[in-house]
Amino acid sequence: MASLFDLTFDVAPYRLSGTVYGVLLNHRDALAALGDAASQPPYKAPPKAPVLYLKPRNTLVGPGAPIRIDDPAGELEVGAALGIVVGRTACRVAEQDAMDCVAGYLIVADCSLPHDSYYRPAIRFKARDGSCAVGPKVTARADIADPDALGVRILVDGRPVHSAGTGGTFRGVARLLSDISEFMTLAPGDVLLAGVAAGSPRVGAGASLAIEIDGLGRLETRVVAATEREVAR
Amino acid sequence: MKRARVAFAGAIHEATPAAAPGTLRLADGRVVAGEEVVWLAPFEVGTIVALGLNYADHAKELAFAAQDEPLVFLKGPGSVIGHRGRTRRPADATFMHYECELAVVIGKPARKASRAEAMSHVAGYTVANDYAIRDYLENWYRPNFRVKNRDGGTVLGPWLVDAGDLAWPPQLALRTFVNGKLTQEGNTRDLVFDVPFLIEYLSAFMTLSPGDVILTGTPEGVTDVAVGDEVACEIEGIGRLVNTIAGDAEFGR
Repeated sequence: MASLFDLTFDVAPYRLSGTVYGVLLNHRDALAALGDAASQPPYKAPPKAPVLYLKPRNTLVGPGAPIRIDDPAGELEVGAALGIVVGRTACRVAEQDAMDCVAGYLIVADCSLPHDSYYRPAIRFKARDGSCAVGPKVTARADIADPDALGVRILVDGRPVHSAGTGGTFRGVARLLSDISEFMTLAPGDVLLAGVAAGSPRVGAGASLAIEIDGLGRLETRVVAATEREVAR
Repeated sequence: MKRARVAFAGAIHEATPAAAPGTLRLADGRVVAGEEVVWLAPFEVGTIVALGLNYADHAKELAFAAQDEPLVFLKGPGSVIGHRGRTRRPADATFMHYECELAVVIGKPARKASRAEAMSHVAGYTVANDYAIRDYLENWYRPNFRVKNRDGGTVLGPWLVDAGDLAWPPQLALRTFVNGKLTQEGNTRDLVFDVPFLIEYLSAFMTLSPGDVILTGTPEGVTDVAVGDEVACEIEGIGRLVNTIAGDAEFGR
């Protein structure tokens, strides 16, 4: 199976660290989809700091590897995200300097078991083995004029099912790096997912899944049921 | 056997306790004082899995009802520091507290491990101090990273103690001392979800790999700490993990 570490690229730091952080509700439409609930218990108020989560190493699969689903009858929610590859140590970086810390970008299919709550969801929804595909390559920062204005499309079995973009966010790439690095240092090779727009589609076992982001190409993967044999390995 | 990982004279070394108190024997034969080395986390840290409210008394302290599923969150490797490290308290914080925890280090891959065989996947134990700053708590993906995933907020060490060195199940006293005064006390026998349960629960959906570590939660007795405080977290038979609270100025803020 393709490992994340097979994914090398020709700008520093040349390979990923294996640490992937994600941000939720960064797209205005994603927060809007919650409506008044965002101000009601248990949330009580809309988020102030970036809503962060971590994709642990067991979740990550490299280009060409399938996404696994344990329950053959179940579904995964597909989060299509721009992955920001950190090129230089980012600690308390100012927004105007933040882009200097970016090595490049890749496409990430961050899949979760569907869950409604953003309050304190169990990690079993988001930390499942083989649920996060990364690829197809790292596109250097210099090749992308504006990472906050890219179209993002999800195709299932060749049909377009979702179309959004990296714009319409509360925090663009530079601002995210600045606000997050105020309290946690991002290291070269770390990946930060810039968020997922509202209306993530769901897929089941057997689906072929593709995500396209303007200028980054196309990440193609399949959703396969984890067989008992794989489970035993 | 217990091992540390330390930086000394330009390299990183595995070290074991030497005969004289407070001294270490490096793998290359040198014997050095504990104060002469920089203590790192005692193993290469993989995924950090942390438990919230896993002692009934602490859950009560924070006014939480009993749970049917463990409250688990993940932490990034950038938050880790070793024994005798310094953790920054931001000037605007009003409640920053330590959490003394038994840390269980995985030694063998665990995928859908049963409770019965769960312990065979454990390499050993160390002490964790899992800091939190409650001022930054928000109700989105709790506990949010600004509370729990800060630089220097996960202190691990000083020793990795082999699993075989401890009787099972562990009934180990945990104590935290702030400037020498006892502030937190508990015992690992009071874990709501015990270690075999946690390994079975986690490995049902996520493969645990060598170097992954489970921070099993903290008992009651968390108190606010101030710049300059020395915080020592002790677990009987495992070690005494010392940490100092630093101010913003030290970090150029």
